[in-house]
Amino acid sequence: MSRSAIHGWLLLLPSLALLALFTHWPIVGTVIDSFFGTPKGKRPAPFVGLENYQVMVADEVFWKSLWNNLWFALGTIPLSIILALAMALWVNSAMRGKTWLRMAFFTPTVLPMIAVANIWLFFFTPQYGLLEQFTGLFGFSGRNYLGSESTALVCMMIVAVWKEAGFFMIFYLAALQSIPPSLAEAAAIEGAPRSYYLRRIVLPLLMPTTLFVMVNAVINAFRMVDHIVVMTKGGPNNATSLLLFHIYQVGFNFWDTGYAAALTVVLLAILALVAVGQFVFLDRKVHYQ
Amino acid sequence: MSRHYEPRGIALGVETVAAWALGILWILPLIYAVWTAFHPSEYSARFSLMAPLTLENFRRAWDAAPFARYFLNSFMLVTLVLSMQLVLCTLAAYAFARYEFRGKDTVFLLVLIQLMIMPDVLLVENYRTMGKLGLLDSIPAIALPYAASAFGIFLLRQTFKSVPRELDEAARVEGAGPLTVLWRVYVPLAKPVYLAYGLVSVSYHWNNFLWPLIVTNSVTSRPVTVGLQVFSSGDQGIDWSIITAATLMTSAPLLLAFLLFQRQFVQSFMRAGIR
Repeated sequence: MSRSAIHGWLLLLPSLALLALFTHWPIVGTVIDSFFGTPKGKRPAPFVGLENYQVMVADEVFWKSLWNNLWFALGTIPLSIILALAMALWVNSAMRGKTWLRMAFFTPTVLPMIAVANIWLFFFTPQYGLLEQFTGLFGFSGRNYLGSESTALVCMMIVAVWKEAGFFMIFYLAALQSIPPSLAEAAAIEGAPRSYYLRRIVLPLLMPTTLFVMVNAVINAFRMVDHIVVMTKGGPNNATSLLLFHIYQVGFNFWDTGYAAALTVVLLAILALVAVGQFVFLDRKVHYQ
Repeated sequence: MSRHYEPRGIALGVETVAAWALGILWILPLIYAVWTAFHPSEYSARFSLMAPLTLENFRRAWDAAPFARYFLNSFMLVTLVLSMQLVLCTLAAYAFARYEFRGKDTVFLLVLIQLMIMPDVLLVENYRTMGKLGLLDSIPAIALPYAASAFGIFLLRQTFKSVPRELDEAARVEGAGPLTVLWRVYVPLAKPVYLAYGLVSVSYHWNNFLWPLIVTNSVTSRPVTVGLQVFSSGDQGIDWSIITAATLMTSAPLLLAFLLFQRQFVQSFMRAGIR
Protein backbone atom coordinates (compact mmCIF):
# COMPACT_ATOMS: atom_id res chain seq x y z
CA MET A 1 0.00 0.00 0.00
CA SER A 2 1.25 3.47 -0.81
CA ARG A 3 2.09 5.90 1.93
CA SER A 4 -0.77 8.17 0.95
CA ALA A 5 -3.24 5.28 1.16
CA ILE A 6 -2.00 4.43 4.65
CA HIS A 7 -2.43 8.05 5.72
CA GLY A 8 -5.96 8.05 4.26
CA TRP A 9 -6.98 4.96 6.18
CA LEU A 10 -5.43 6.25 9.38
CA LEU A 11 -7.45 9.47 9.10
CA LEU A 12 -10.64 7.46 8.62
CA LEU A 13 -9.93 4.92 11.32
CA PRO A 14 -11.45 6.64 14.39
CA SER A 15 -14.71 7.51 12.62
CA LEU A 16 -14.99 4.11 10.97
CA ALA A 17 -14.43 2.30 14.26
CA LEU A 18 -17.22 4.25 15.96
CA LEU A 19 -19.58 3.93 12.99
CA ALA A 20 -18.94 0.21 12.89
CA LEU A 21 -19.58 -0.11 16.61
CA PHE A 22 -22.73 2.02 16.82
CA THR A 23 -24.28 1.84 13.36
CA HIS A 24 -23.07 -1.02 11.16
CA TRP A 25 -22.72 -3.74 13.77
CA PRO A 26 -26.05 -2.86 15.46
CA ILE A 27 -27.78 -3.17 12.08
CA VAL A 28 -26.31 -6.64 11.52
CA GLY A 29 -26.74 -7.54 15.18
CA THR A 30 -30.42 -6.57 15.10
CA VAL A 31 -31.08 -8.93 12.21
CA ILE A 32 -29.22 -11.78 13.96
CA ASP A 33 -30.90 -11.13 17.32
CA SER A 34 -34.31 -11.17 15.71
CA PHE A 35 -33.85 -14.96 15.32
CA PHE A 36 -33.05 -15.41 19.00
CA GLY A 37 -35.12 -15.29 22.15
CA THR A 38 -34.43 -13.04 25.10
CA PRO A 39 -31.64 -14.03 27.52
CA LYS A 40 -32.95 -14.62 31.05
CA GLY A 41 -30.59 -14.37 33.99
CA LYS A 42 -27.51 -16.46 33.19
CA ARG A 43 -29.25 -18.46 30.45
CA PRO A 44 -28.07 -17.21 27.05
CA ALA A 45 -30.60 -16.34 24.35
CA PRO A 46 -31.88 -19.50 22.62
CA PHE A 47 -32.19 -19.73 18.86
CA VAL A 48 -35.88 -19.51 18.01
CA GLY A 49 -35.81 -19.18 14.23
CA LEU A 50 -38.77 -17.24 12.94
CA GLU A 51 -40.72 -17.37 16.19
CA ASN A 52 -40.31 -13.64 16.87
CA TYR A 53 -41.74 -12.92 13.45
CA GLN A 54 -44.66 -15.27 14.08
CA VAL A 55 -45.30 -13.42 17.32
CA MET A 56 -45.17 -10.18 15.37
CA VAL A 57 -47.74 -11.30 12.83
CA ALA A 58 -50.08 -12.16 15.71
CA ASP A 59 -49.27 -9.01 17.68
CA GLU A 60 -52.19 -6.61 17.37
CA VAL A 61 -50.22 -3.76 18.92
CA PHE A 62 -47.56 -4.15 16.23
CA TRP A 63 -50.11 -3.90 13.42
CA LYS A 64 -51.80 -1.01 15.12
CA SER A 65 -48.46 0.79 15.57
CA LEU A 66 -47.53 0.16 11.96
CA TRP A 67 -50.88 1.49 10.69
CA ASN A 68 -50.73 4.43 13.08
CA ASN A 69 -47.26 5.20 11.80
CA LEU A 70 -48.36 5.05 8.17
CA TRP A 71 -51.30 7.36 8.93
CA PHE A 72 -48.98 9.57 10.92
CA ALA A 73 -46.63 9.81 7.91
CA LEU A 74 -49.48 10.36 5.46
CA GLY A 75 -51.05 13.00 7.68
CA THR A 76 -47.96 14.95 8.60
CA ILE A 77 -45.70 14.86 5.54
CA PRO A 78 -47.87 16.55 2.87
CA LEU A 79 -49.27 19.09 5.31
CA SER A 80 -45.91 20.14 6.72
CA ILE A 81 -44.41 20.39 3.22
CA ILE A 82 -47.27 22.56 1.92
CA LEU A 83 -47.13 24.79 4.99
CA ALA A 84 -43.34 24.99 4.73
CA LEU A 85 -43.61 26.14 1.11
CA ALA A 86 -46.24 28.76 1.95
CA MET A 87 -44.14 29.99 4.87
CA ALA A 88 -41.03 30.24 2.70
CA LEU A 89 -42.89 32.17 -0.03
CA TRP A 90 -44.27 34.62 2.53
CA VAL A 91 -41.03 35.09 4.38
CA ASN A 92 -39.19 35.59 1.10
CA SER A 93 -41.61 38.28 -0.13
CA ALA A 94 -41.73 41.95 0.81
CA MET A 95 -44.56 41.29 3.25
CA ARG A 96 -44.92 43.36 6.40
CA GLY A 97 -43.29 41.79 9.44
CA LYS A 98 -41.49 39.04 7.55
CA THR A 99 -38.60 39.03 10.03
CA TRP A 100 -41.05 38.46 12.85
CA LEU A 101 -42.81 35.75 10.83
CA ARG A 102 -39.58 33.94 10.08
CA MET A 103 -38.79 33.87 13.78
CA ALA A 104 -42.28 32.68 14.70
CA PHE A 105 -42.22 29.86 12.13
CA PHE A 106 -38.73 28.69 13.01
CA THR A 107 -38.86 28.85 16.82
CA PRO A 108 -40.52 25.41 17.31
CA THR A 109 -37.51 23.85 15.55
CA VAL A 110 -35.02 24.98 18.21
CA LEU A 111 -37.19 24.09 21.19
CA PRO A 112 -36.85 20.60 22.72
CA MET A 113 -39.82 18.48 21.64
CA ILE A 114 -40.02 17.10 25.14
CA ALA A 115 -40.46 20.60 26.56
CA VAL A 116 -43.09 21.85 24.15
CA ALA A 117 -44.99 18.58 24.45
CA ASN A 118 -45.68 19.60 28.05
CA ILE A 119 -47.27 22.81 26.82
CA TRP A 120 -49.32 21.07 24.13
CA LEU A 121 -50.47 18.61 26.75
CA PHE A 122 -52.12 21.50 28.55
CA PHE A 123 -53.77 22.74 25.34
CA PHE A 124 -55.53 19.43 24.93
CA THR A 125 -56.39 18.95 28.60
CA PRO A 126 -60.10 18.43 29.22
CA GLN A 127 -62.14 20.96 31.20
CA TYR A 128 -59.76 23.88 31.41
CA GLY A 129 -57.31 23.26 28.53
CA LEU A 130 -56.91 26.09 26.06
CA LEU A 131 -58.57 24.27 23.16
CA GLU A 132 -61.64 23.51 25.19
CA GLN A 133 -61.93 27.07 26.43
CA PHE A 134 -61.71 28.25 22.85
CA THR A 135 -64.31 25.83 21.47
CA GLY A 136 -66.43 26.62 24.54
CA LEU A 137 -66.70 30.20 23.33
CA PHE A 138 -68.63 28.90 20.34
CA GLY A 139 -70.86 26.74 22.47
CA PHE A 140 -69.25 23.39 21.64
CA SER A 141 -69.23 20.95 24.49
CA GLY A 142 -65.88 19.77 25.78
CA ARG A 143 -64.22 16.53 24.90
CA ASN A 144 -61.11 14.70 25.94
CA TYR A 145 -58.99 15.05 22.81
CA LEU A 146 -56.06 12.96 24.04
CA GLY A 147 -58.22 10.44 25.86
CA SER A 148 -60.37 9.54 22.91
CA GLU A 149 -59.20 6.98 20.35
CA SER A 150 -60.62 8.91 17.41
CA THR A 151 -58.79 12.19 18.07
CA ALA A 152 -55.57 11.31 19.94
CA LEU A 153 -53.48 10.46 16.87
CA VAL A 154 -54.66 13.61 15.09
CA CYS A 155 -53.48 15.64 18.09
CA MET A 156 -50.05 13.99 17.81
CA MET A 157 -49.94 14.86 14.11
CA ILE A 158 -50.76 18.52 14.82
CA VAL A 159 -47.84 18.75 17.24
CA ALA A 160 -45.51 17.09 14.71
CA VAL A 161 -46.55 19.42 11.87
CA TRP A 162 -46.12 22.42 14.13
CA LYS A 163 -42.63 21.24 15.06
CA GLU A 164 -41.47 20.38 11.53
CA ALA A 165 -42.94 22.90 9.09
CA GLY A 166 -40.60 25.70 10.16
CA PHE A 167 -37.58 23.43 9.75
CA PHE A 168 -38.55 22.53 6.18
CA MET A 169 -39.32 26.20 5.46
CA ILE A 170 -35.62 26.94 5.78
CA PHE A 171 -34.73 24.62 2.89
CA TYR A 172 -37.41 26.13 0.67
CA LEU A 173 -36.18 29.59 1.62
CA ALA A 174 -32.64 28.68 0.56
CA ALA A 175 -33.94 27.23 -2.72
CA LEU A 176 -36.13 30.26 -3.46
CA GLN A 177 -33.22 32.61 -2.96
CA SER A 178 -31.16 30.69 -5.47
CA ILE A 179 -33.70 31.15 -8.28
CA PRO A 180 -32.23 33.76 -10.64
CA PRO A 181 -34.39 36.94 -10.78
CA SER A 182 -33.99 37.00 -14.58
CA LEU A 183 -36.56 34.17 -14.82
CA ALA A 184 -39.21 36.31 -13.17
CA GLU A 185 -38.30 39.24 -15.37
CA ALA A 186 -38.60 37.13 -18.49
CA ALA A 187 -41.94 35.71 -17.35
CA ALA A 188 -43.18 39.22 -16.53
CA ILE A 189 -42.24 40.47 -20.00
CA GLU A 190 -44.22 37.60 -21.49
CA GLY A 191 -47.13 38.77 -19.34
CA ALA A 192 -47.47 35.52 -17.36
CA PRO A 193 -49.75 35.91 -14.33
CA ARG A 194 -48.44 35.18 -10.84
CA SER A 195 -50.21 31.84 -10.51
CA TYR A 196 -48.63 30.69 -13.79
CA TYR A 197 -45.18 31.84 -12.68
CA LEU A 198 -45.51 30.01 -9.37
CA ARG A 199 -46.88 26.82 -10.91
CA ARG A 200 -44.74 26.54 -14.00
CA ILE A 201 -41.44 28.09 -12.94
CA VAL A 202 -41.04 28.16 -9.17
CA LEU A 203 -42.54 24.77 -8.33
CA PRO A 204 -40.52 22.77 -10.90
CA LEU A 205 -37.33 24.51 -9.79
CA LEU A 206 -38.13 23.57 -6.19
CA MET A 207 -38.61 19.90 -7.07
CA PRO A 208 -35.15 18.72 -5.88
CA THR A 209 -35.73 20.51 -2.57
CA THR A 210 -39.17 18.93 -2.25
CA LEU A 211 -37.71 15.44 -2.75
CA PHE A 212 -34.95 16.16 -0.29
CA VAL A 213 -37.40 17.49 2.30
CA MET A 214 -39.68 14.52 1.70
CA VAL A 215 -36.91 12.01 2.44
CA ASN A 216 -36.20 13.82 5.70
CA ALA A 217 -39.88 14.00 6.53
CA VAL A 218 -40.29 10.24 6.05
CA ILE A 219 -37.27 9.47 8.23
CA ASN A 220 -38.61 11.82 10.91
CA ALA A 221 -42.10 10.35 10.75
CA PHE A 222 -40.64 7.00 11.76
CA ARG A 223 -38.26 8.42 14.33
CA MET A 224 -40.15 11.14 16.16
CA VAL A 225 -41.69 9.77 19.35
CA ASP A 226 -40.67 12.23 22.08
CA HIS A 227 -44.12 13.80 22.23
CA ILE A 228 -45.79 10.38 22.38
CA VAL A 229 -43.76 9.49 25.48
CA VAL A 230 -44.85 12.68 27.22
CA MET A 231 -48.39 13.19 25.99
CA THR A 232 -50.08 9.80 25.57
CA LYS A 233 -47.62 6.95 26.23
CA GLY A 234 -49.11 5.29 23.18
CA GLY A 235 -52.66 5.34 24.51
CA PRO A 236 -55.59 5.35 24.67
CA ASN A 237 -55.77 1.69 23.73
CA ASN A 238 -52.60 2.03 21.58
CA ALA A 239 -54.27 4.64 19.37
CA THR A 240 -51.07 6.72 19.31
CA SER A 241 -48.48 3.96 19.47
CA LEU A 242 -45.94 4.41 16.66
CA LEU A 243 -43.43 1.80 15.53
CA LEU A 244 -40.41 3.19 17.38
CA PHE A 245 -42.55 3.72 20.48
CA HIS A 246 -43.65 0.08 20.38
CA ILE A 247 -40.00 -0.99 20.04
CA TYR A 248 -39.13 1.18 23.03
CA GLN A 249 -41.92 -0.37 25.10
CA VAL A 250 -41.14 -3.96 24.14
CA GLY A 251 -37.41 -3.47 24.59
CA PHE A 252 -37.28 -1.33 27.72
CA ASN A 253 -40.56 -1.83 29.56
CA PHE A 254 -41.06 -5.55 28.90
CA TRP A 255 -37.32 -6.26 28.36
CA ASP A 256 -38.14 -8.63 25.49
CA THR A 257 -35.02 -7.79 23.49
CA GLY A 258 -35.38 -10.61 20.96
CA TYR A 259 -38.81 -9.46 19.91
CA ALA A 260 -37.73 -5.81 19.99
CA ALA A 261 -34.96 -6.76 17.53
CA ALA A 262 -37.51 -8.29 15.15
CA LEU A 263 -39.60 -5.12 15.35
CA THR A 264 -36.50 -3.02 14.68
CA VAL A 265 -35.86 -5.08 11.53
CA VAL A 266 -39.23 -3.85 10.20
CA LEU A 267 -38.26 -0.26 10.93
CA LEU A 268 -34.87 -0.77 9.27
CA ALA A 269 -36.60 -2.25 6.22
CA ILE A 270 -38.80 0.84 5.94
CA LEU A 271 -35.79 3.15 6.20
CA ALA A 272 -33.92 1.05 3.63
CA LEU A 273 -36.90 1.44 1.31
CA VAL A 274 -36.66 5.21 1.73
CA ALA A 275 -32.94 5.02 0.94
CA VAL A 276 -33.56 3.03 -2.23
CA GLY A 277 -36.32 5.46 -3.20
CA GLN A 278 -33.96 8.36 -2.73
CA PHE A 279 -31.30 6.60 -4.76
CA VAL A 280 -33.73 6.05 -7.63
CA PHE A 281 -35.46 9.44 -7.59
CA LEU A 282 -32.79 11.87 -6.59
CA ASP A 283 -29.94 12.71 -8.87
CA ARG A 284 -27.06 11.36 -6.84
CA LYS A 285 -24.67 13.90 -8.26
CA VAL A 286 -26.57 16.81 -6.77
CA HIS A 287 -26.28 15.57 -3.24
CA TYR A 288 -23.31 13.30 -2.93
CA GLN A 289 -20.62 14.74 -5.16
CA MET B 1 -38.82 36.10 -5.24
CA SER B 2 -38.47 38.84 -7.75
CA ARG B 3 -40.43 42.02 -7.22
CA HIS B 4 -42.35 41.25 -10.41
CA TYR B 5 -44.34 38.61 -8.68
CA GLU B 6 -44.95 40.07 -5.27
CA PRO B 7 -48.60 39.62 -4.25
CA ARG B 8 -50.63 42.78 -4.89
CA GLY B 9 -53.97 44.32 -4.00
CA ILE B 10 -56.53 41.95 -2.51
CA ALA B 11 -54.16 38.98 -2.80
CA LEU B 12 -51.59 40.84 -0.72
CA GLY B 13 -54.19 41.57 1.97
CA VAL B 14 -55.44 37.99 2.11
CA GLU B 15 -51.95 36.50 2.16
CA THR B 16 -50.71 38.90 4.83
CA VAL B 17 -53.64 37.99 7.06
CA ALA B 18 -53.07 34.27 6.45
CA ALA B 19 -49.34 34.55 7.12
CA TRP B 20 -49.90 36.47 10.35
CA ALA B 21 -52.59 34.07 11.54
CA LEU B 22 -50.24 31.15 10.96
CA GLY B 23 -47.38 33.02 12.62
CA ILE B 24 -49.49 33.68 15.72
CA LEU B 25 -50.62 30.05 15.79
CA TRP B 26 -46.98 28.94 15.60
CA ILE B 27 -45.75 31.19 18.42
CA LEU B 28 -48.83 30.71 20.59
CA PRO B 29 -47.55 27.74 22.66
CA LEU B 30 -44.47 29.73 23.60
CA ILE B 31 -46.43 32.86 24.47
CA TYR B 32 -48.80 30.76 26.52
CA ALA B 33 -45.88 29.16 28.38
CA VAL B 34 -44.39 32.57 29.16
CA TRP B 35 -47.78 33.83 30.41
CA THR B 36 -48.32 30.87 32.71
CA ALA B 37 -44.78 30.72 34.01
CA PHE B 38 -44.74 34.36 35.08
CA HIS B 39 -48.16 34.41 36.76
CA PRO B 40 -49.54 32.72 39.89
CA SER B 41 -51.05 29.34 39.16
CA GLU B 42 -54.67 30.49 39.50
CA TYR B 43 -54.11 32.47 36.29
CA SER B 44 -52.80 29.51 34.26
CA ALA B 45 -56.13 29.19 32.49
CA ARG B 46 -57.55 32.66 33.16
CA PHE B 47 -56.20 35.49 31.11
CA SER B 48 -56.50 38.84 32.74
CA LEU B 49 -54.35 41.90 32.14
CA MET B 50 -54.47 42.67 35.84
CA ALA B 51 -52.84 39.36 36.82
CA PRO B 52 -49.80 39.99 39.04
CA LEU B 53 -46.36 39.00 37.74
CA THR B 54 -44.24 36.59 39.76
CA LEU B 55 -40.99 34.63 39.64
CA GLU B 56 -42.23 32.23 42.29
CA ASN B 57 -42.93 29.44 39.77
CA PHE B 58 -39.32 29.42 38.62
CA ARG B 59 -38.07 29.31 42.19
CA ARG B 60 -40.35 26.41 43.06
CA ALA B 61 -39.50 24.49 39.89
CA TRP B 62 -35.79 25.01 40.50
CA ASP B 63 -36.15 23.68 44.06
CA ALA B 64 -38.35 20.76 43.09
CA ALA B 65 -35.69 18.97 41.02
CA PRO B 66 -31.89 19.09 40.75
CA PHE B 67 -31.94 21.32 37.66
CA ALA B 68 -28.49 22.75 38.34
CA ARG B 69 -27.08 19.24 37.99
CA TYR B 70 -29.19 18.55 34.86
CA PHE B 71 -27.90 21.72 33.22
CA LEU B 72 -24.33 20.79 34.06
CA ASN B 73 -24.91 17.32 32.55
CA SER B 74 -26.41 18.74 29.36
CA PHE B 75 -23.58 21.22 29.11
CA MET B 76 -20.97 18.46 29.49
CA LEU B 77 -22.87 16.30 27.02
CA VAL B 78 -23.00 18.86 24.20
CA THR B 79 -19.37 19.82 24.83
CA LEU B 80 -18.23 16.20 24.69
CA VAL B 81 -20.27 15.33 21.59
CA LEU B 82 -19.28 18.44 19.70
CA SER B 83 -15.56 18.20 20.45
CA MET B 84 -15.45 14.54 19.41
CA GLN B 85 -17.48 15.26 16.29
CA LEU B 86 -15.25 18.16 15.25
CA VAL B 87 -12.04 16.15 15.55
CA LEU B 88 -13.30 12.88 14.03
CA CYS B 89 -15.27 14.48 11.20
CA THR B 90 -12.37 16.78 10.26
CA LEU B 91 -9.95 13.86 9.95
CA ALA B 92 -12.37 11.69 7.99
CA ALA B 93 -13.54 14.50 5.72
CA TYR B 94 -9.92 15.32 4.88
CA ALA B 95 -9.28 11.71 3.90
CA PHE B 96 -12.38 11.61 1.69
CA ALA B 97 -11.66 14.97 0.08
CA ARG B 98 -7.93 14.72 -0.62
CA TYR B 99 -6.69 11.11 -0.53
CA GLU B 100 -6.97 8.44 -3.18
CA PHE B 101 -7.07 4.79 -2.18
CA ARG B 102 -8.87 1.63 -3.11
CA GLY B 103 -12.29 1.17 -1.53
CA LYS B 104 -12.75 4.86 -0.78
CA ASP B 105 -16.16 5.09 -2.51
CA THR B 106 -17.45 1.97 -0.76
CA VAL B 107 -16.36 3.28 2.61
CA PHE B 108 -18.03 6.61 1.87
CA LEU B 109 -21.31 4.84 1.12
CA LEU B 110 -20.96 2.95 4.40
CA VAL B 111 -20.61 6.28 6.18
CA LEU B 112 -23.69 7.71 4.46
CA ILE B 113 -25.83 4.87 5.83
CA GLN B 114 -25.88 6.80 9.11
CA LEU B 115 -27.80 9.62 7.43
CA MET B 116 -30.77 7.26 7.12
CA ILE B 117 -30.30 5.08 10.17
CA MET B 118 -29.48 7.26 13.14
CA PRO B 119 -28.40 5.68 16.45
CA ASP B 120 -31.87 6.62 17.82
CA VAL B 121 -33.35 3.75 15.81
CA LEU B 122 -30.88 1.14 17.04
CA LEU B 123 -31.81 1.53 20.70
CA VAL B 124 -31.75 -2.09 21.77
CA GLU B 125 -28.38 -3.04 20.27
CA ASN B 126 -26.68 0.16 21.33
CA TYR B 127 -28.00 -0.27 24.86
CA ARG B 128 -26.48 -3.76 24.94
CA THR B 129 -23.15 -2.45 23.64
CA MET B 130 -23.08 0.22 26.33
CA GLY B 131 -23.77 -2.48 28.91
CA LYS B 132 -20.84 -4.53 27.65
CA LEU B 133 -18.59 -1.49 27.70
CA GLY B 134 -19.68 -0.84 31.29
CA LEU B 135 -20.77 2.68 30.35
CA LEU B 136 -24.50 2.55 31.17
CA ASP B 137 -25.82 5.60 33.00
CA SER B 138 -22.94 7.87 32.07
CA ILE B 139 -22.58 10.92 29.87
CA PRO B 140 -20.14 9.21 27.46
CA ALA B 141 -22.85 6.58 26.90
CA ILE B 142 -25.19 9.29 25.60
CA ALA B 143 -22.49 10.86 23.48
CA LEU B 144 -20.52 7.98 21.90
CA PRO B 145 -23.05 6.72 19.32
CA TYR B 146 -23.17 10.22 17.81
CA ALA B 147 -19.43 10.96 17.93
CA ALA B 148 -18.78 9.91 14.33
CA SER B 149 -21.37 11.90 12.40
CA ALA B 150 -22.04 11.09 8.75
CA PHE B 151 -23.56 14.51 8.30
CA GLY B 152 -20.48 16.27 9.68
CA ILE B 153 -18.16 14.19 7.50
CA PHE B 154 -20.29 14.92 4.45
CA LEU B 155 -20.54 18.65 5.12
CA LEU B 156 -16.80 19.09 5.76
CA ARG B 157 -15.84 16.92 2.81
CA GLN B 158 -17.80 19.25 0.51
CA THR B 159 -16.03 22.23 2.05
CA PHE B 160 -12.53 20.74 1.90
CA LYS B 161 -13.04 19.79 -1.74
CA SER B 162 -13.54 23.45 -2.62
CA VAL B 163 -10.15 24.43 -1.14
CA PRO B 164 -7.71 25.12 -4.02
CA ARG B 165 -5.13 22.35 -4.32
CA GLU B 166 -2.38 24.95 -4.88
CA LEU B 167 -2.64 26.05 -1.24
CA ASP B 168 -2.23 22.45 -0.14
CA GLU B 169 0.75 21.88 -2.43
CA ALA B 170 2.43 25.14 -1.46
CA ALA B 171 2.28 24.17 2.19
CA ARG B 172 3.70 20.72 1.42
CA VAL B 173 6.60 22.22 -0.54
CA GLU B 174 7.42 24.16 2.62
CA GLY B 175 7.78 20.79 4.32
CA ALA B 176 4.46 20.62 6.23
CA GLY B 177 3.07 17.17 7.02
CA PRO B 178 -0.54 16.17 6.25
CA LEU B 179 -1.87 17.06 9.71
CA THR B 180 -0.09 20.43 9.67
CA VAL B 181 -1.61 21.20 6.27
CA LEU B 182 -5.03 20.19 7.54
CA TRP B 183 -4.71 22.39 10.62
CA ARG B 184 -3.06 25.40 8.93
CA VAL B 185 -4.84 25.45 5.55
CA TYR B 186 -8.13 23.55 5.57
CA VAL B 187 -9.52 24.16 9.06
CA PRO B 188 -9.16 27.98 8.99
CA LEU B 189 -10.84 28.15 5.57
CA ALA B 190 -13.80 26.10 6.81
CA LYS B 191 -14.59 28.28 9.84
CA PRO B 192 -18.13 29.29 8.79
CA VAL B 193 -19.00 25.64 8.17
CA TYR B 194 -17.69 24.67 11.59
CA LEU B 195 -19.87 27.35 13.16
CA ALA B 196 -22.94 26.17 11.27
CA TYR B 197 -22.31 22.54 12.13
CA GLY B 198 -21.68 23.46 15.76
CA LEU B 199 -25.03 25.23 16.09
CA VAL B 200 -26.94 22.33 14.54
CA SER B 201 -25.13 19.74 16.62
CA VAL B 202 -25.56 21.61 19.90
CA SER B 203 -29.27 22.17 19.33
CA TYR B 204 -29.80 18.54 18.31
CA HIS B 205 -28.04 17.09 21.34
CA TRP B 206 -29.43 19.61 23.81
CA ASN B 207 -32.92 18.60 22.63
CA ASN B 208 -32.34 14.86 22.19
CA PHE B 209 -34.54 12.74 24.44
CA LEU B 210 -35.25 9.09 23.71
CA TRP B 211 -31.69 7.71 23.74
CA PRO B 212 -30.64 9.65 26.88
CA LEU B 213 -33.89 8.53 28.54
CA ILE B 214 -33.01 4.90 27.94
CA VAL B 215 -29.33 4.96 28.73
CA THR B 216 -29.39 7.09 31.90
CA ASN B 217 -31.22 6.53 35.16
CA SER B 218 -29.59 8.71 37.78
CA VAL B 219 -29.37 12.39 38.54
CA THR B 220 -25.63 12.47 37.87
CA SER B 221 -25.98 11.61 34.20
CA ARG B 222 -29.45 12.80 33.10
CA PRO B 223 -29.53 15.75 30.71
CA VAL B 224 -32.17 18.48 31.14
CA THR B 225 -34.64 16.94 28.69
CA VAL B 226 -34.81 13.69 30.65
CA GLY B 227 -34.74 15.60 33.94
CA LEU B 228 -37.71 17.66 32.83
CA GLN B 229 -39.67 14.55 31.92
CA VAL B 230 -38.92 12.83 35.23
CA PHE B 231 -39.90 16.05 36.98
CA SER B 232 -43.18 16.69 35.21
CA SER B 233 -44.40 13.11 35.35
CA GLY B 234 -43.49 12.81 39.02
CA ASP B 235 -45.50 13.82 42.05
CA GLN B 236 -45.88 17.41 40.93
CA GLY B 237 -49.53 16.75 40.18
CA ILE B 238 -50.62 19.10 37.45
CA ASP B 239 -49.45 22.47 38.59
CA TRP B 240 -49.12 23.90 35.11
CA SER B 241 -47.36 27.08 36.18
CA ILE B 242 -44.48 25.12 37.68
CA ILE B 243 -44.28 22.78 34.70
CA THR B 244 -44.21 25.66 32.20
CA ALA B 245 -41.59 27.42 34.31
CA ALA B 246 -39.44 24.28 34.24
CA THR B 247 -40.15 23.90 30.52
CA LEU B 248 -38.97 27.43 29.82
CA MET B 249 -35.84 26.93 31.92
CA THR B 250 -34.99 23.81 29.94
CA SER B 251 -35.40 25.59 26.64
CA ALA B 252 -33.92 28.90 27.77
CA PRO B 253 -30.28 28.43 26.69
CA LEU B 254 -31.21 27.51 23.12
CA LEU B 255 -34.02 30.04 22.97
CA LEU B 256 -31.66 32.83 24.06
CA ALA B 257 -28.99 31.66 21.63
CA PHE B 258 -31.62 31.58 18.90
CA LEU B 259 -32.81 35.12 19.64
CA LEU B 260 -29.23 36.43 19.70
CA PHE B 261 -27.90 34.55 16.66
CA GLN B 262 -31.12 34.25 14.69
CA ARG B 263 -29.47 34.82 11.33
CA GLN B 264 -26.62 32.35 11.93
CA PHE B 265 -29.08 29.80 13.25
CA VAL B 266 -31.27 29.96 10.17
CA GLN B 267 -28.28 29.86 7.85
CA SER B 268 -26.76 26.93 9.67
CA PHE B 269 -29.97 24.98 9.33
CA MET B 270 -29.99 25.79 5.62
CA ARG B 271 -26.72 23.89 5.37
CA ALA B 272 -27.99 21.17 7.63
CA GLY B 273 -29.97 18.79 5.53
CA ILE B 274 -29.63 15.97 7.97
CA ARG B 275 -28.45 16.40 11.50
